[in-house]
Amino acid sequence: MKKPRISRREVEHIAWLAHIELTEEEKTLFTEQLNEILEYFRKIDSADTEGVSPTYHVLDLVNVYREDEVQESLTREEALSNAPKKERGFLKAPRIV
Amino acid sequence: MSVQGVIIGLEVHVQLTSLKTKLFCGCSSDYRGKEPNTLVCPVCLGLPGALPVLNRKALEYAVMAALALNCKVSKRMFFFRKNYFYPDMPKNFQISQYDRAGGVPLAVNGYLTIEDQNRVKKIRISRIHLEEDPGRLVHLGPIDQSPYTLVDYNRAGIALLEVVTEPDFNSPKEARLFLQKLRSILEHLGVFDGSLEGAMRCDANISLEGGTRVEIKNITSFKEVERALNFEILRQRDLLEKGISVKRETRHWDEARRITVSLRTKEEEQDYRYFPEPDLVPIVLSEEFIKDVKRRMPELPEARMRRFMLSYGLPRYDAEVLVSSKDLADFFEECVKIYNKPKKISNWMMSDLLRCLYENNLELKESKITPQSLVEMIQLIEEGTISVKIAKKILPTMILTGRSPREIVESEGLTKITSRKLLSELIATVFRENPKAVRDALTNEKAVHFLVGQLMKKTKGKADPALANEMIKEMLEAVRRKEGSSKASTPSQ
Ligand SMILES: [Zn+2]
Repeated sequence: MKKPRISRREVEHIAWLAHIELTEEEKTLFTEQLNEILEYFRKIDSADTEGVSPTYHVLDLVNVYREDEVQESLTREEALSNAPKKERGFLKAPRIV
Repeated sequence: MSVQGVIIGLEVHVQLTSLKTKLFCGCSSDYRGKEPNTLVCPVCLGLPGALPVLNRKALEYAVMAALALNCKVSKRMFFFRKNYFYPDMPKNFQISQYDRAGGVPLAVNGYLTIEDQNRVKKIRISRIHLEEDPGRLVHLGPIDQSPYTLVDYNRAGIALLEVVTEPDFNSPKEARLFLQKLRSILEHLGVFDGSLEGAMRCDANISLEGGTRVEIKNITSFKEVERALNFEILRQRDLLEKGISVKRETRHWDEARRITVSLRTKEEEQDYRYFPEPDLVPIVLSEEFIKDVKRRMPELPEARMRRFMLSYGLPRYDAEVLVSSKDLADFFEECVKIYNKPKKISNWMMSDLLRCLYENNLELKESKITPQSLVEMIQLIEEGTISVKIAKKILPTMILTGRSPREIVESEGLTKITSRKLLSELIATVFRENPKAVRDALTNEKAVHFLVGQLMKKTKGKADPALANEMIKEMLEAVRRKEGSSKASTPSQ
């Protein structure tokens, strides 16, 4: 079997970056699944990209702009309607330091 | 403070405050003093399906700034997502630019020169990015003791220019001079107003010889930068002197407590997992676009300084101080327009006006003084209505209240005493009260000054100084003559 591309440690690290707690079972499951996904991408490696510049966007468009004109914003009620915790018009979040 | 072996680099964040809207959406950028979370939309909140579109003006302003900072503007560039989980961004990423992995900054390889005690120094600018400002986090008390965080996304998505320097500074003062110059340039370009709170913020990295690089975040104004860096130098030097090694870390500048505090380090660089922003298309800048921006670029501080020297005959030092702030330079030119005595105006502005603003912790823009009132004050002196001393005395009132100087001196009875009769009575009193000084004054010029001073004190500065001087000398002469005749009549021993 090929050496896994993503280790269990990396899965733990990614979970930490995303502030997600994973159970031991989930860590095993996600390590397997992420490696399977990356296996598909291995096929891309076989393509010859010699002399081809990287694609940063799939569209051929460039320079799409808007003018500096004020549009109406959401009301505060709308803006905060999905917030689980709020206080005096602010969203309330745990202190992260 | 000058310390051997200090190396400082800056990462400056400047809001393009002249824009009416945010960088990628039409929400108003006029967020200061607004109710929290009232200037947000699906784009700046990162709601699913929302599509960011670049503000054309923001790009123009950014290119203009890059050119003014002597940078090479990239011909083709992309936006990247900088991923991190911190509540200041509702999307969990910030749209920014990246200088690695195929990313191209807006501009690279620029410089600014600063001048400190006649020594000119070039500060290299490694790159400039265009990116979004994060939201505002409100903590209750010090950041490391707040029970929770309150979040306002009105600021999230405001156009921000990130200017990164090479570690070319060797003192906190140089860092401040750089920020002042940067501010003046951006203000002259008309893209930025540095008097707005939080419009210019910076992070600094600093290391001492034999130490380690420490990053300081949350320096919220160019006035704070010197203070924060001075504190950090003392802290690091103290550790090194005790033989304790300086930890490589990120620290937070606590403005209220005036100290830096250690923060749990956020993700390291590679953990931001940058990747190209798929919702925004690449930007291709043509030669014509850049030429057009260059053509529309207004006069920059350095050119303005030379013009001040040439057309107003100001010494280099005056011109330099005046153009160090666009407001100051504009104010000066307004004054000259109504009263063509540039040097006189410059003298008043550079000494008393600036000191008075500083003492009241005000920016010129925040004060109530107008070019008209400053000129009127100078004219009151010229026409002999008030003394310089009185002018200095009423200047703070003019700055704080905006009252006209003529009205102040009239309502407070501060006009000069020019009546010879009144002055001679007052001088006679001064002579009576200071017999020893009068005797000294007959032979010693310095004691004459003392008498003039006493008279000024008695009149609260209202005596016409030239007239007072002249009359005191006359009256001393009278005393001398009298003494001479009385001496002559004394029989010789
Ligand atoms: Zn918006």
